[in-house]
Amino acid sequence: MIEQIDTSLIDWSRAQFALTAMYHWLFVPLTLGLGIIMAIMESIYVKTGNPFWKRTALFWIKIFGINFAIGVATGIILEFEFGTNWSNYSWFVGDIFGAPLAIEGIFAFFMEATFIAILFFGWDKVSKRTHLIANWLTGIGATLSALWILIANAWMQYPVGMAFNPDTVRNEMVDFWAIVLSPVAINKFFHTVVSSWIVGAVFVVGVSAWFLLKKREKEFALASIKIASIVGLVASILTLWTGDGSAYQVAQKQPMKLAAMEALYEGGTNIDLIAIGILNSEKKSHNDNIDPHLWAIKIPEFLSILAERKADGYVAGINNLIEGGYPTEEGTALSVEEKIAKGKLAISALARYRIAKKESNQAEQTIQRTILETNFPYFGYGYIKDPADLIPNVALVFYSFRIMVALGVYFIFLFAFALWAGKKNKLDTNRWILKVFVASTPLGYIASQAGWVVAEVGRQPWSIQDILPTSAGVSRLNTGSVQLTFFLFLILFTILFIAEVSIMLKEIKKGPGVSNHSSN
Amino acid sequence: MYCLFNQLIVMANYCKEIFLFYLQGFKSMKLGKTLWLIILVKLFIMFFILKFFFFPRYLSKFETDAKKNEYVVNELINRAVN
Repeated sequence: MIEQIDTSLIDWSRAQFALTAMYHWLFVPLTLGLGIIMAIMESIYVKTGNPFWKRTALFWIKIFGINFAIGVATGIILEFEFGTNWSNYSWFVGDIFGAPLAIEGIFAFFMEATFIAILFFGWDKVSKRTHLIANWLTGIGATLSALWILIANAWMQYPVGMAFNPDTVRNEMVDFWAIVLSPVAINKFFHTVVSSWIVGAVFVVGVSAWFLLKKREKEFALASIKIASIVGLVASILTLWTGDGSAYQVAQKQPMKLAAMEALYEGGTNIDLIAIGILNSEKKSHNDNIDPHLWAIKIPEFLSILAERKADGYVAGINNLIEGGYPTEEGTALSVEEKIAKGKLAISALARYRIAKKESNQAEQTIQRTILETNFPYFGYGYIKDPADLIPNVALVFYSFRIMVALGVYFIFLFAFALWAGKKNKLDTNRWILKVFVASTPLGYIASQAGWVVAEVGRQPWSIQDILPTSAGVSRLNTGSVQLTFFLFLILFTILFIAEVSIMLKEIKKGPGVSNHSSN
Repeated sequence: MYCLFNQLIVMANYCKEIFLFYLQGFKSMKLGKTLWLIILVKLFIMFFILKFFFFPRYLSKFETDAKKNEYVVNELINRAVN
């Protein structure tokens, strides 16, 4: 008798991974965002020769350096967790993950490490132009590192370009470009990177506003707000566009996630998008016929337009996805029960294939391999006990999505207003505006984290969409040991975060005036 | 031969310049020294404490890939049965 996997083990392993990823993501977006802002500032310095811009760039490069140093390698812990906590998953996907992560490692080491050295040590030792190139390549290197991680993540959301090998029990890469250029990967990359520019821009605006509130470094602060607001405004508009692309991909590839984002239980055509809403806490089950929304402001037909690019487009709700039977491009959607049956067929074919292989029964191997390959797209459904297990945490996804979108819209107004107020010379005289800018600093992080909550909680219970649920991917560990490491990480990352904030605050308080042409 | 020797000297000088660039850079660090200390402590904790004591590769208890393969396939099949 094989001992069943304890659900608390799955929950703690997921919580540990989420904690590590979320802490890691406190550092990454600021690195990407400050990377472009400091490069633009140094470009202006090289073009104009005005030492003011060198001083301005130096200050933000120093802040970038602090963030980079504290955050560097925090992502490696995620790789530890793959090997320890998610060993079945790691074995199952090894070949697909190996290539992007190896490329990421090479990029991170050679590009970032080399150009960061020139960025920090190279002032007055290399030419202005070389230093500027190093500055841009530092940011590009960080962005390319993110690219490969995001490709790996996108593959989990939309697994393509692979073939399952029942002999090795691994998914093997058959089409590298299908993985790299998958529409989910492209959208995810651009959406994540440009939204990270917003985090950097909001940060620069907030810190600069603090200087103006303290009546310090007026010229520096106004110039920084101007550059950050331009970057932020462009990034916000691009984020809106790429966000639309991401939502479209979610609608096509992960319809359950979209249904959870809208708390849409009964789908149809001409479906409205909920702009603002409150969920009904009385709703306990997907089939209890209780209205999921207590109150909502809706945009007519907009969800159909967003998901299908036409007002009368069909959008499946949670119940439709469970029951199936609605029209799709391929025909009629299967019910979850039918998918579970196909999944079980695939898994039993794998078992029979292995037995046939041990018995050297070639004919049986061929038959079982065909059954496995035919039903492999539903492999993960073979682990699903109850169709309701396929519904992610609707409230968490619904509210996180609205927080992300609301903040995204707010940032457009924030940056547009900052540019307008700067042009009209109203920035340093209106203290309440400056206080709003300072108070907005953490909002960039909140929007970014909320986006990841939508992406990752929304795809539960899957480790790999439709192929492997978390219950099958998790290692058979003692729950207590996962809890122990969870709290160890909590302590370690909290110390790092406190170190980051305290060192950063100390350097910000010193201001750009004391940089003395050194960002070291 | 003479040409190759010259190239080696140029290369050696180039390597020396890079070495001195890094050396002078590290020596002139102020805040950077604190940050490097944090990085080194962090890496020590990660690789010599966390990785060593708390995060061994789960499948490393199996000696060969064939045994790992057998373990994972049994897990994947049995978890569906249960």
